[in-house]
Amino acid sequence: MKTYTLMVNGKQLEASVAEDTPLLWVLRDTLGLVGTKFGCGAGQCGACTIHLNGKAMRSCLLPVSAVGEAKITTIEGLAESAKLVPLQQAWCDLDVAQCGYCQAGQIMSAAALLAEKPKPTDADIDAAMQGNLCRCNTYKRIRQAIHAAAAR
Amino acid sequence: MNTTDPLTHTDRRGFFKTTALAGGGFLLGSWLPENAAAQEAAAAAFSPSVFIRISPQGAVTLFAKTPEIGQGVKTSLPMIVAEELEVDWEKVTVEQAPIDPRFGGQTAGGSTTIPNNYDRLRRLGAVARTMLVTAAANIWQVPADECAAAHGVVKHAKSRRQLSYGELAEAASKLPVPDEKSVKLKDPADFKILGRRIAGVDNPKIVTGEPLFGIDQKPPGMVYAAYVRCPVFTGKVKEADLEALKKSPGVSDAFVIEGGGDHYGLVPGIAIIGDSTWSVFKAKKSLKATWDDGGHGGESSAGQEKKALEAIKGKAAKEIRRDGVLGDFPADLRSLDSVYYYPHLAHANMEPQNCTAVFKDGKLEMWVPTQNPGSGIESVAKALNIPKESITVHLTRIGGGFGRRLMVDYMLECAEIARRLDGKPVKVTWDREQDFQHDYYRSGGWHHLRASVDEAGKIAAWADHFITYGLNSDDRPGNGADVGGNELPAGFVPNFLLERTILPSNVPLGYWRAPGSCAIAWAFQSFIDELAHAAKRDPLEFKLDLLGPDREVTPPGGKGRPYNTMRMKRALKLAAEMAGWGKKMPEGSGQGIAFHFSHAGYVAVVAEVSVSAKGVLKVEKLTAGVDVGPILNLSGAENQVEGSMLDGLSAAWFQEVLIADGRVQNTGFADYPLLRISDAPKVEAHFFKSDFPPTGLGEPALPPTAPAVCNAIFAATGKRVRKLPLSKENLSQA
Repeated sequence: MKTYTLMVNGKQLEASVAEDTPLLWVLRDTLGLVGTKFGCGAGQCGACTIHLNGKAMRSCLLPVSAVGEAKITTIEGLAESAKLVPLQQAWCDLDVAQCGYCQAGQIMSAAALLAEKPKPTDADIDAAMQGNLCRCNTYKRIRQAIHAAAAR
Repeated sequence: MNTTDPLTHTDRRGFFKTTALAGGGFLLGSWLPENAAAQEAAAAAFSPSVFIRISPQGAVTLFAKTPEIGQGVKTSLPMIVAEELEVDWEKVTVEQAPIDPRFGGQTAGGSTTIPNNYDRLRRLGAVARTMLVTAAANIWQVPADECAAAHGVVKHAKSRRQLSYGELAEAASKLPVPDEKSVKLKDPADFKILGRRIAGVDNPKIVTGEPLFGIDQKPPGMVYAAYVRCPVFTGKVKEADLEALKKSPGVSDAFVIEGGGDHYGLVPGIAIIGDSTWSVFKAKKSLKATWDDGGHGGESSAGQEKKALEAIKGKAAKEIRRDGVLGDFPADLRSLDSVYYYPHLAHANMEPQNCTAVFKDGKLEMWVPTQNPGSGIESVAKALNIPKESITVHLTRIGGGFGRRLMVDYMLECAEIARRLDGKPVKVTWDREQDFQHDYYRSGGWHHLRASVDEAGKIAAWADHFITYGLNSDDRPGNGADVGGNELPAGFVPNFLLERTILPSNVPLGYWRAPGSCAIAWAFQSFIDELAHAAKRDPLEFKLDLLGPDREVTPPGGKGRPYNTMRMKRALKLAAEMAGWGKKMPEGSGQGIAFHFSHAGYVAVVAEVSVSAKGVLKVEKLTAGVDVGPILNLSGAENQVEGSMLDGLSAAWFQEVLIADGRVQNTGFADYPLLRISDAPKVEAHFFKSDFPPTGLGEPALPPTAPAVCNAIFAATGKRVRKLPLSKENLSQA
């Protein structure tokens, strides 16, 4: 067990956990931020996507000991106020979700894409989003929502 | 739009009050908060049925009764009530209903929620509206038929008076509840909510990561658990080094659960308890155990295939249906003989199986993502030998159902672990490998199909020797593993034979999305396409002709759903028209069409594919023509049809569960791939909005998709796919 001070969604939070604990479980079990989802634990599905210094990252493979002072953003911290960011709003308006379980990870990947490419093409979306599986296959609306958010 | 999340259900437990008023079976059901002032306010609320509550302040709360697995019923069910109630959708608060017999059936499965509840919920909405109008008329001393309700207000136009539903709540709650059958329903032409695009009520919570799902639940003081079963189904624990487990960091306890031999019951295994999911997952990996596999460790997919191919050469075990006389299927060009094979499939819910429970003072409280809470409570009560009344289930939002969560095995193991941990809440979470290896699989199977086409180009005879699996049985097909004798073309061709042979297997089978149909449609619609080509006829025209004149084809003996050929033909024509059926396709590209009637829904799909010279498949577009009656929520309906088509494609293209040494070999999404966005074709859903009663859309668009794609591959390449998954087929022109 070791105590880590993590910068999560703009706040310093402490977690006493085993060094090899993936950030995913620190967020979910220790810090109570359960918006980041467990899907596979092997980096194959993207449900656990968070931002580390603004870059999309699979938190299920990232040991907490490797995080250091990097800034962590989770779905709970994507909007800095009560107002949804355009991506979240587009996700609501276009009614993207079916079961909804993968969508936090989808939105985090999409947010990292838009930060890098504010007007992505379909090919950009394919490249950035193909690591995020949706078992309900809402891919058409995911694509539409990213374009809609980019247009705002 | 507001909703409450599952965690808050804890606080409300026990406050669901019922008052049976004299003279009418009037149920006053409402969630009464604890403090007295709030209780008083709730007491004045108008609640003519458990589905509706209107507070004196005018807050309208509607309860959605069945589990939300992504099919959209948490939104569409309250829409039905709100329509007849005459309230503005934007002002409605939706809550997931508690598990309570007064809501009627609370299972999500078989695309039945809408057909089973549409009429009833309309009537309950109309009952409430009628009572509010009566209350206003009584206050104003005017005839009720001079008053009208709209937007949550009752108006008397003549005297220009109006009262809001909130103002009327108390007076309405004192009126007798009229008979459901007596109230006047709205003319669908006047619908303001139904038929619109309404976004899911939980969307704002989904996009901000609120704790909606089963796996997100955390009652105070909760510990974490993993459960390890024998990799061979229902194998028993011989020896397990529990002491080593207990020394693993973060682990507080480990014990063996005896369990039994029922694949659908409490399955034997080893429970590991610890301070985090990671602690117990890690300990699980270090587990040293030996198992008694009950003699089932020799089963393999390859071994079963050999048996199936032997069975095909021999005589079938049982005749299921025979119509007319079957000829000898002469080996000329117009007689075809094909074997179709499809593999086992997993459900692969994105949210792995999980369950949270606390057992205290003989009472069990559970937080469960289940499609089947009623069956879960019954099974748990039996297993723990406690009365059903001692069990409270809080239904959470569910990260994918697809039929997996109709089974309650994970509830049983969590309940038993909670019982052992007396008083301590515990969450059992499965890892991904376990989720793949302890599923209830969509059965694989073989169809040996023979048929001939007559001089007029019509199917003259059809014979099918169907080889499927039974759970350690050669006379009872496994769950979801059978084909009924009424599947088209039965009843549509003069000479028909269906025979069946069952291979015993220890692999537990279950209901996958569109059970039965998800496999049958692929084999039958592909073979019908083969026959169309053998008859040198356009596949669309051949299929319309097979359906024949407009009529209802009733299964023999009148059992089962009648097949309305008019509805299927117009679904076919709609899909064909919207997809531009018959348009000229570039070299290496093709269109395919297929149709299937399941879950009371009529769906046809046109697929467009291209296949490169090297055999790389690209699915360009899927277009559905659908007749499920009127569309209640256009947004939800399109999402279901589009998602179902891609789900059907995903399975047919990539997925196969393989068995060796009696156990499932797949471990994750690397060896059981799901469709990715980069491979997802364009999808379009088109509806023929008919006046038939509305039916469900969770399933019926899936079955026709795989055959449409395979028929398109044939059109593009001349190669007929008779074995799934597609990814293993060589489609190259070399």
